[in-house]
Amino acid sequence: MGSNMAECHPVAFQWIVEAQGKGGKLIHVDPRFTRTSAMANLHIPIRAGSDIAFLGGLVHYILEQERYFRDYMVAYTNAATIIDERFLDTEDLDGFFSGWNEESGTYDTSSWQYQGGVIHASAGERGAPRPSGDGVTIEGAPPHSDPTLEHPHCVFQLLRRHYARYTPEMVERVCGVSQQKFLEAAETICDNSNRERTTAFVYAVGWTQHTVGVQFIRTGAIIQLLLGNMGRTGGGVMALRGHANIQGATDIATLFDVLPGYIQVPTAKDSPDLKQFCLDQGGAAGGYWGNLEAYLVSLLKAYWGDRATPDNQFGFDYLHRVTGDHSTYQSTLGMVDGSVKGFVVLGENPAVGSAHGGLHRKALRSLDWLVVRDLYEIETASFWYDSPETQSGEVRAEDIATEVFFMPAAANAEKSGSFTNTQRLLQWHDQAVEPRGDCRSDLSFTYYLGVKIREKLAASTEARDRALLDLTWDYPLDPKSGEPSAEAVLREISGRGPDGKLLAGFGALRADGSTSSGCWIYCGAFADDQNLPNRKRPGQEQSWVAPEWGWAWPLNRRVLYNRASADPEGKPWSERKRFVYWDEAQGKWVGPDVPDFPGDRRPDYQPPPGATAEAALSGDRPFIMQADGVGWLFAPSGVVDGPFPTHYEPHESPVRNPLYEQEHNPARQIFRRRDNPYNPTAGEPGSERFPFVMTTYRLTEHHTAGGMSRFLSRLSQLQPEMFCEVSPELAQERGLRPGGWATIITERTQIEARVLVTARVSALRLGDRVVHQVGLPYHWGSRGLSRGDSANDLFPLVLDPNVHIQETKAATCDIQPGRRPRAASR
Amino acid sequence: MARRTITRWPVLRQLAEGDPLGLGHSAQSDHSRNFRSRNSTAEKVVKSVCPYCAVGCGQLVYANGQEIIQIEGDPDSPLSRGRLCPKGSATKEMVNSELRELQVKYRRPHGTAWEQISLDQAMDMIADRVIQTRSQTWEDQDEQGRPLRRTMGIASLGGATIDNEENYLWRKLMVGLGVVQVENQARI
Amino acid sequence: MTAATTGRRPAVSLPMWQGGGTRMGFFTDSSICIGCKACEVACKEWNGVPDIDTGFTGNSYDNTSALGANSWRHVAFVERPRPDTGDGVQWLMNSDVCKHCTRAACLDVCPTGAIFRSEFGTVVVQDDICNGCGYCVVACPFGVLERREEPDGRAFKCTLCYDRLEVGDEPACAKACPTQSIQFGPLEELRERAEKRLEEVKREPRFAGARLYGESKDDGVGGFGAFFLLLDEPEVYGLPPKPVYRRTDLALLWGAASVAASVLTLGVMGSLRWRRR
Repeated sequence: MGSNMAECHPVAFQWIVEAQGKGGKLIHVDPRFTRTSAMANLHIPIRAGSDIAFLGGLVHYILEQERYFRDYMVAYTNAATIIDERFLDTEDLDGFFSGWNEESGTYDTSSWQYQGGVIHASAGERGAPRPSGDGVTIEGAPPHSDPTLEHPHCVFQLLRRHYARYTPEMVERVCGVSQQKFLEAAETICDNSNRERTTAFVYAVGWTQHTVGVQFIRTGAIIQLLLGNMGRTGGGVMALRGHANIQGATDIATLFDVLPGYIQVPTAKDSPDLKQFCLDQGGAAGGYWGNLEAYLVSLLKAYWGDRATPDNQFGFDYLHRVTGDHSTYQSTLGMVDGSVKGFVVLGENPAVGSAHGGLHRKALRSLDWLVVRDLYEIETASFWYDSPETQSGEVRAEDIATEVFFMPAAANAEKSGSFTNTQRLLQWHDQAVEPRGDCRSDLSFTYYLGVKIREKLAASTEARDRALLDLTWDYPLDPKSGEPSAEAVLREISGRGPDGKLLAGFGALRADGSTSSGCWIYCGAFADDQNLPNRKRPGQEQSWVAPEWGWAWPLNRRVLYNRASADPEGKPWSERKRFVYWDEAQGKWVGPDVPDFPGDRRPDYQPPPGATAEAALSGDRPFIMQADGVGWLFAPSGVVDGPFPTHYEPHESPVRNPLYEQEHNPARQIFRRRDNPYNPTAGEPGSERFPFVMTTYRLTEHHTAGGMSRFLSRLSQLQPEMFCEVSPELAQERGLRPGGWATIITERTQIEARVLVTARVSALRLGDRVVHQVGLPYHWGSRGLSRGDSANDLFPLVLDPNVHIQETKAATCDIQPGRRPRAASR
Repeated sequence: MARRTITRWPVLRQLAEGDPLGLGHSAQSDHSRNFRSRNSTAEKVVKSVCPYCAVGCGQLVYANGQEIIQIEGDPDSPLSRGRLCPKGSATKEMVNSELRELQVKYRRPHGTAWEQISLDQAMDMIADRVIQTRSQTWEDQDEQGRPLRRTMGIASLGGATIDNEENYLWRKLMVGLGVVQVENQARI
Repeated sequence: MTAATTGRRPAVSLPMWQGGGTRMGFFTDSSICIGCKACEVACKEWNGVPDIDTGFTGNSYDNTSALGANSWRHVAFVERPRPDTGDGVQWLMNSDVCKHCTRAACLDVCPTGAIFRSEFGTVVVQDDICNGCGYCVVACPFGVLERREEPDGRAFKCTLCYDRLEVGDEPACAKACPTQSIQFGPLEELRERAEKRLEEVKREPRFAGARLYGESKDDGVGGFGAFFLLLDEPEVYGLPPKPVYRRTDLALLWGAASVAASVLTLGVMGSLRWRRR
């Protein structure tokens, strides 16, 4: 669900095809019939944005038909945990959970806690548990639980009640999925999930780009925990990520709210004391976050080396503080409003790839200066003379004050470095040739920019410049090219001990400043002076787990939480699914993978009083990053918009929410301003102007915002123009001619596209009405060999509140035959 | 093209090689006779990783000197087993394309055309802009006197198409500068 | 179909490939084709095949349209109602390619000797000999051969990556194919594999119409060196159901008079070579 794997990850899809050849079944739930659907044993068309209703229906089915894997669920999830008696469900409050604050537009999550103990994410700037699943602490007595699952306020019973109305009839009404197809899917999934068999969920941005995106994924996780499919081979909830190193960029970390290794950036409200900060973040807790101080101090030592001393709290005093959401869309608004003046873009094309392209281009026009680093001159670099706004005459280059630097970048074959793939696998790529002309790697750009700035400020006595000037910044340079060594940087990331020797893993990290590691989860990637991501022992010469190809974080573990592949006593759930298990004779966990558990921790281990971190988890608790060591069916903290996923309509929807009075996710991030108008949603005056659902996606033949595909003739000829996909019924209703032109209209703008009429897009029946959907690939812009209007220009800024991702998988629109007006209308 | 000798005349070749109709091997020209995979004579083969999606397919990059002559799948990879999608199969064009930008381009405020400046000058100018904007927009503490130590005047975006080492170093520099708004494709 | 029923038995029997080495070929299994077009791109990148510019066709995801001088692999997309249930849609995809016929009319009619049968049993056009006469274009029962107008009208088609085979590598398209819908190998082995695969595929009700296309030595061209598993009649994919071996009069003349023709070839080759120097 939420993934078009055959089209977007074709080479990974070989494993699905191979599994089908051995009798495996593929179910594809998707608004469109795609190349993945063509290969599926069952395709279920669904209304875009209604996935929680479908998945909630599955939860309902699993619970009411008693198809859950009881032994797994009771032992490895919080099903038995009793929740605070003050907690009220969306069933009680018609679409809200307890704790809603209308004024702030946020939840006070204190009533979502475990009864008899507090399990929480450390206090963040909202004065409530922080918006992250990580860094959780338990205080007070162990939580109360009822292993019989009968207590009315235990998670299991709350879950049953929450999804009581998500019946097959309701799934049909909300999603437009026939009961027969829904039940076929439910039975297939349940039949294939038990001791002997496992089922995997695969998703991509079809699940994330919604105002309830995190909750889509949470629902998938709940199903997998109920069915016992987590931590076992062939199971899991698999995110298929779209860029070569999007996983690494997240890990290492070019995100405003986390430092490398998912360490929270301190907020202004957090304690300025390092030790207290770490305690608040999870330092007193069970699970591996209990060692946060060691991870953080080691990072600070990697950043500041000898200048990170006890006197400046190892550099904690150098760190900046955040005060809210500073994610990319906020920065865009900051540019428009004048607070953000300089912008550096590294291999991204927001003028095409981000929601509301018009607003992004307005932001670029508002800057003082802009640096764009790319292989080709993408739309983000050419906005000042080649954009919909300059073409229409709305703006002229002469009137745009932005100073623009286009810096040509080196391609993967022109530099050495590592990518982390979608399975957390680091793989090194070697340089084949030197980059041409002025092309440079981003490593070179960063290094020399740092050198220049530090030189210019070398004599500064300003306190603010200490953090900059004290950075360790001496990397060995290639004598011929002058390029900094990527391997030296990987060594710094991996980490060193007191003797300067490379560390074997994060277990060796200390909080006393004697160790350094630029990213604790990557610690050990360069152990024994070996570049482990560069290990390339042929797959044919290894076990199927292939542990000697690259290196997976953490500690080369390939299946996360693989302790759960054995039962609480440490025995495999079945011989067929034997993976990691306890070997009593050897006194350790064994199997073809690195155990994701303390290697010699007995299954019957009980923590002594006062134990912290991983020592506080008993031997039958596989989810070692969680403070209580179990998978959360109910999320008492960490998620800001509810402990259980709930069906809400997209921000723009042609139908009312059939389940609750509350239409939308109340906690979603909305930006009400003149340059970000929203279409009226169902029930609001004017909503009939936008009767159709639109959704965006990729094609096999192109890549994201087109920067690496629209400039290539080989790919452009295969999909030469922007098009939209509509059903024959909609084509007839609106007079759209196959191969002709259509204009798609929202409150933001209108774009034109060639028309592909196809029965692969079907009209969906929801109760007594039919909803049409319009499919829009989003690759195009005004540059390159293959050109066209940008689908993202149609969408507004409205975000998921947990991770600030925009809703571009479901919104409303109108569609009319013919081309858009050529000038002065955009 | 190799020099042809009398023995290479098709008629003689056909007779000599038992292919009187001249439709088989003896019909080969010198060119096709010597037609060998360019991979087999490449000066070097480098193991790489596909730069498109996050599956991480193995690639083999064949090069002669500073010229890449072929990029194809690496059969050793246990992930991809030598296979590539259309984008991965087009990587050679992505690297070698004539549309690649090879020079720094500069557009001055209100300018109507790109100008050429040297790489060093551009780096120098960017460093100056960073220093100036940072200094103008520096926030030392909030209204309650709590430390902020940051600038909200500079933002960066991107990283999902570049290496771990590059992301790490970029973030390190931004932390040193107090630049908070560092973001990548993970949110789109 | 046998050669006899095509109505036109070849004048000489040699055109039927009987070479000594192991005959290599393609088995394209359309039941696992995901329509990604990696084959098209990998082929073009390896062989330096020029770009095409058909523009947006509106015909499903097919903007390549047909095999030709500048498209040696072509993925066909067929959208239609599901044949077994009638409701919903079925999307057929198949990567078409030169069939490397056992009895290859293109080779027989070529007056210049530009087309030859390689030691792998494949049919290869030698672009340094071809003079662009176009006889092969007319002769090919599949419309595979085409003259490349720019710069000089010579004919081009799939070589089954002759240069890669020479060093023991597999053709670029087969190597890239993510799902191994395109399989390369000794033809006999592929035929056996295909028979087995057909049995498996036919078990699925929606694939009841599956069949092999071009695997039989008894068809109009003596069997394909590149054959297919299709999920329905070949016509559904735009392929001729009963391909016929066709030789023009000139070809007959040429085929029967080998030595004379070789001399003719020599003349043409010589002039062509001089022209290109």
